[in-house]
This record gives sequence, structure tokens and C-alpha cells, in this order.
Amino acid sequence: MSSTPTLESLQFKNRLYWLLLAIGGLVAAAGMYAVHLMEHHGHIITGMNNQIVWGMPHVFAIFLIVAASGVLNVASIGSVFGKAIYKARAPLASLLSIAMLAGGLTVLMLDLGRPDRIIVAATNYNLTSVFAWNVLLYSGMVGLVVVYLWTMMERRMNPYNKAAGIGVFVWRFVLTTGTGLIFAFLTARQAYGSALLPPMFIVLSFAWGMAVFHLVQTSIYMWNEKVIDPAILQRKKHLLGVFVLGSLYMVATYHLTNAYFSQQQGFERFILLDGGIYPSLFWWGYVLLGNVLPLVLLYAPGIQRDRWAALAALLIILGGFALLYVFIIGGQAWPLNLFPGYEVSSTFADGQISAYSPSIYEFLLGLGGLSIAFLITTVSVRVLNFMPQDKPYIAD
Amino acid sequence: MSDMDMDRRNFLKTSVGAAAVAIAPGMMLYSVAQAKGEGASSKVRWGMLIDTNQCKPGCNDCVTACNNENGLSGETKATDSQWIRKIDIKDISTGREISLPMMCQHCEHPPCVDVCPTNASMKRADGIVLVDKHRCIGCRYCMMACPYKARSFVHEPLTGQNPDVPRGKGTVESCTLCVHRIDVGGKPACSEACPNQAIVFGDLNDENSEIAQKVRSVASVQVRADLRLNPGVRYQGI
Amino acid sequence: MNLLRDQSAALRTRSPLAYLQGMSRGSLRRALHIDLLATVPARVTSALLLVLVCVAQPSYAVEAQPKLDIGKGGQCVEDTQWMRKNHMHLLKHGRDDALRLGIRDEKHSLKTCIECHASTKDDSVTARADSFCVGCHKYEAVKLDCFECHSGTRKSAWLQQRNAK
Ligand code: SF4
Ligand code: SF4
Repeated sequence: MSSTPTLESLQFKNRLYWLLLAIGGLVAAAGMYAVHLMEHHGHIITGMNNQIVWGMPHVFAIFLIVAASGVLNVASIGSVFGKAIYKARAPLASLLSIAMLAGGLTVLMLDLGRPDRIIVAATNYNLTSVFAWNVLLYSGMVGLVVVYLWTMMERRMNPYNKAAGIGVFVWRFVLTTGTGLIFAFLTARQAYGSALLPPMFIVLSFAWGMAVFHLVQTSIYMWNEKVIDPAILQRKKHLLGVFVLGSLYMVATYHLTNAYFSQQQGFERFILLDGGIYPSLFWWGYVLLGNVLPLVLLYAPGIQRDRWAALAALLIILGGFALLYVFIIGGQAWPLNLFPGYEVSSTFADGQISAYSPSIYEFLLGLGGLSIAFLITTVSVRVLNFMPQDKPYIAD
Repeated sequence: MSDMDMDRRNFLKTSVGAAAVAIAPGMMLYSVAQAKGEGASSKVRWGMLIDTNQCKPGCNDCVTACNNENGLSGETKATDSQWIRKIDIKDISTGREISLPMMCQHCEHPPCVDVCPTNASMKRADGIVLVDKHRCIGCRYCMMACPYKARSFVHEPLTGQNPDVPRGKGTVESCTLCVHRIDVGGKPACSEACPNQAIVFGDLNDENSEIAQKVRSVASVQVRADLRLNPGVRYQGI
Repeated sequence: MNLLRDQSAALRTRSPLAYLQGMSRGSLRRALHIDLLATVPARVTSALLLVLVCVAQPSYAVEAQPKLDIGKGGQCVEDTQWMRKNHMHLLKHGRDDALRLGIRDEKHSLKTCIECHASTKDDSVTARADSFCVGCHKYEAVKLDCFECHSGTRKSAWLQQRNAK
């Protein structure tokens, strides 16, 4: 199927590559500028406040981190369960994982009120803090994936590949559980404090990671003017579909169990029915655009082109952002219930739904993190060989 | 080598030298510091008992006193710090209205301390929960975890702080129970300012203190007692 | 400290720019105390130090020699020379004891420093370029981090200001 590259097409690609780098660099630079302004003026220039304390940057960061863990699924299926077509994709999956972790962590760190004190976080360590565990989990993840990549790319290290693969496999479960626990420990807030959150995040990570992987893989194949083997594409589409269904199921369970407890019903009404932007984002953004439409694109007979699958992946990613927005910001907008059975009012938004409108700086910071992940991926794919190498006859 | 070079060289030498010798005096300092005062004692548990029957709706004196004492602006935009606020509550079934001040409850098992990654949120031996702003990185996880929404994040650069109450941009803060007054034998500004003596301050562990006697003799509640945080601030008349 | 005086005397005679220009790389290296330039790490360190020196440069331009407004001054709680070298450790140690343990060492507290050393003109250790803390820190090009949160003003003056409002 592939055409022989001509000189023009090579030149064109070369320019395109630098253009992409320039755009990525520009967005990252804009993000750093936003950070500089936030450092100088304080968080007053963001939309965050004393009621909505985590905002847009956290939506970006948590998406990146969750997807970074999920994308490794591809690698795990290859290494742990020994499937050849996944094994061929393990290096790319590992690269994406590192890139997204780096992007997500950068956003989290730079959103801090005192990012200059990050060294304090490293030297004063509170063992009871889930946040502190996560710092360890994230940095450990990066280290482990680097080792894993090494065992794949360096022949002498190949014997250790399986062990490293299992290590990564276990670690990322713990990592996503840790991310879920950040919220699950907030028992006082109705939106969080649920034991369902860690498993929900794990399943979400499968879907989002797979979607990111698929999108990147399609781009790389297009770039190299190659077409994915239809049989492989079919399998990957199927797996993606299963993950999407699984995550939809987990999200539904979370909301249904919430709705079951009478003290949570007010909150569920707010998120799912009358909370303005939150129900809209949930139903239109997450459920319809982020799940139903992709499922149609993945399964409808007659739509077999890989581009449709890539579009489905993109929609799943956008749906993920919508869900996280509803979860993180909607969850904080709903007031804390200090006096059950009472009507409450104060100067500090007690009993009131809090308003939030993200500022451009928050978006820039989030996009900056995204473009860091993009830059790492683009440069590495160009410099090293991350193109999946499929053997001609796969029988597994 | 010119004179200039020589000076440059000496300059660095002294800088490096200062860092090196510091370790020894630093160790010595510790023993000196131990000799000063006792510090917070775990025999004490500071707390407050708030009588909502005495607290008047519309009265804001405790809030004003707090702002004045701790150098807060007193503004109430969503990004402004509020260490103490008046909450008006109305029983949905009976229609009874109550007004009360709400601030950091100085929990015995404070979630803010549990979640803080850097140990910046901390509980003193005498039960006062504080933010060590030297360590706070401004992650705001404690604000997410506090069931009473007692904490504020400083969103802007500040100037003109009270010399006894350091506060700064990018860190989280909350009611300190006026620890700077307590440590010199005083009591919190809100408690002092209340015209109706609705806020009784004292040592919950001292059987003879007014607060301990009252807690024994009148019905008092802890807000969100279901969370089992055992706050040091109790309410009467809810 | 004497060494510092000498250095500042030398600096006063030439502008910092001329100072940098007049210096060959070799002499800078020698000045920076790095003789083992054969190794890569050493090269990196020397490059870093060079950058540091260059960054620190402008502050010399502003401050030829610190003439500090020492406020009331008088007998310090410790030996002056010792304080010059070690006040930061004193403060850092004291802050942890005071805040976390409630052990307030009045004699060595930042507030007490300010009580003595705030200028008699504006009651501050930070308000002007020659204020007690600012003046020396500028000269030494060491970032002064305390006063983003701590007040640099005498408590009595702060109270006056607040009550005037
Ligand atoms: S009320 Fe909130 S801030 Fe105060 S100790 Fe309890 S959890 Fe911490
Ligand atoms: S904002 Fe500060 S005090 Fe609160 S959890 Fe983070 S580091 Fe701890």
C-alpha cells in the first residue's frame, strides 16, 4: 500500500515537522508565560477562588495522568499476556505514558501557590497524605517505564523485559488507584468520598489511554504513509469499544449509587438535571459525544476506515475532559452540608452553588502541559524508532 | 592575578565558609532553644463553646474583631480570606432561625492535617491547628478536605501584615485561635469582642475552667459530629 | 567581613560592566577557584557559576557598599560578627520551634530583631534600599524571603497605622 517517498514529500514532511514543533513550543511558551503571570499576581488572575479551589489546570493534569496510566495497557497486554501485536506497540505506549506524565505533573506543580517550594514537598513528607503518596507513585512510574523501555530497546536487557512489564502493570494499577483515592478520601464532600472512585478511575484510564494511543498511532501511520493491518485495527477498535462501555458502566454505577442515598439526591439532581453547565456537559459532552458517538463510529457496519476510528478516539478524549470538568468543578460547586435539615446562608457561599469561570491563564497552563506531552512524543518518534513493527503473520 | 581577582576569590570563599561553619552553631542552637519556655503542652486542649442563644442575627462583631486582629481586608469576594464568618441557619421543619459564627473547628483528628503532603498543616500539642506557611506549597488539598470550609487561600500579594500574624500570597490560612495571644496568656479576639459573651474560650481539659464546666452541664453539639473529628469548637443551642 | 569590605572597596573603583569586560575567561576561572577544568562536570559547574556571577552583577552596580540604617542598634543579643554569619540559622531554627512547638524564644525572634533594627525614621527593616535587612541582602545578592509574609515593621508602628484607619 505504501508509496515510495519522493523528495518533495520528504521535504514537505520535514517542514511540517518543524512547524509542528514550533506550534507546540509556542503553546508551551504561552503556558509558561501564564505561569509567570500567576506567580507574579497570584491566583487572583485565574477563575479559581476559595470555593472552587481546583480548576481547569487540574482537569488537564488529571486527564493526562490518568491517560498516562491507561495507555500502558497496550504495553501490559503485550508483555504480561504475551500478545505479539501489542508487544510491537509497547515502546510507543511507554513513550506516550512518560510524555503524558511529564505534561500532567508539570501542570500540577506549576499551579501550586508556591511552586518555588517544590523542594519542600520532597523533603517534608507526610506519610498519611494521599497527595504525597502520589508524588512517589508518579515519579516511580516514570522511572519504571524508562527501565521497561530500556529492556525493550536494548537487546542485552531483553531477558528482563517480562519482569519490568509486570512491574509496570502492577504499578500503574496502584497509581490510578492513588489518583482515585485523592478524591475518595474527601469524605466531607458529597461528590467525592466514594469507594467506587478508584475502580472508576482505573476503567476510565483504560478508555482514555487507549483513545490517546489510537489517535497517536493513526497519526504515525499516516505520517509514514502506511495503513494499519485491518485485522489489527479491528481488534484495537473492539478493545477500545469494550473499554468505553466499561467506563460508561462505572460512571453510571457511581451516579446510581449516589442517587440511592437520600442525602445525596440533591447533589445528583444538580449534576445530572438542573445544574446548568454541568448536566449539559455530562449528557451532551460526556455521554453523547464522548461515548455514544464513538461507539457508533467504532461498531457501525460500513464505517471501516481507520480515520473514523481516530475520530472516535478524539471524541473519547474530549468526552473525558467533559467528565472531569463535571466531576472536579461541579463537585466543588455543590455546597458542603454543614447543617443537615437547615437552610443555610453566609458571606462565604454556605448553602449556595458556587460560580466558576476559568480564565485564559488556566487554559494556557493546561494546554502548556498538553503541548509538553506533544513535544516529547513528536521529537522522540522522530529521533528514535517507535513505529510499531508488525510481523507478517500474527497468530495469537 | 589582579587585585580584583583576589577579591572575587575571597568573596566566594567567605560565602562558602559561612555555609560550612553554620552546621556547628546550628546544632548548638538547638540546646539553647530548649532552655526557652515550655512550648505548647499536650495536657491542654484549647477550645471554644459558642452559645447560639446569645449570638444575635446581624451582629458581626466577632468577624470584625478577627479581621482587625489578623489584618484581613474584611472584604467578602470569592477570592478574599475569611477566617470566621457568620452563618444564618433556619430549621426547615420548624422554621426556627439561628445565627452563629463558624471558623476552623480545631479538630482533634483534622482531615486537613491528614491530607497535607508537606506537613504544613499541623496540630500543636495543645490542639491548635495551624498552617506552617514556611512549608505550605499552596496545593489547596486541605481546603478540599476540610468539612467546615474553614480555610482560605491567599490569592494576591499582601502588604502591611500584623507583625504577630504573618500571611502571604500562595499559601493557605485559617483561624489560628489567635495563637499569638494565647501564647502570652490572652484569648482569641472574637471571644473578647462578643458583646454577649457568646464565645467562651478555655482549656477543655481543665476540669475547673469555665468552658469545661459548661460543656459538662449544658447540652452542646459538635458540628458534623458524624464525621468523628472531635472539634475543639462546640455549639450550644442548636 | 573584612574581606568583604576590601572587595567592596575594590568594586567601588570600577563599574561592574568594566569589571566583567576587563576580565579574561582565564582570570575568571582562576577567580572562581576552579582549577580542575579538565573534567566535564567541572566545566558545567564553572559555566553555572559564571552565570551566577553575571546574574548577581547588577546588584553591585546599585550598592557600592552597604551603609545600613541599623535602627536603634546597640548591643546585639549575640556577637555581631557571629550574627552576620549565622542569623539565618537562628531564625530558621526559631521559626520551627515557635510555630510548631509553641516555644517562643523572644530573645531571638524576628520580631525582636525588627524591634531594634527597624529604622527610627520609618520603623521598617525593609522599606528603603538602605534598610537593615534589604541593604545587606542586596549587597550580598541573597534573596530575602521573609517579608513576603512577615511584616518588616515595628509592632508599635503597625498598631498606630491600623488604629489610624
Ligand atoms: S476545621 Fe478544617 S481547617 Fe480546622 S482543623 Fe478541622 S479540618 Fe482542619
Ligand atoms: S495548601 Fe498548604 S497546608 Fe494545605 S495541604 Fe497544601 S501544602 Fe498543606
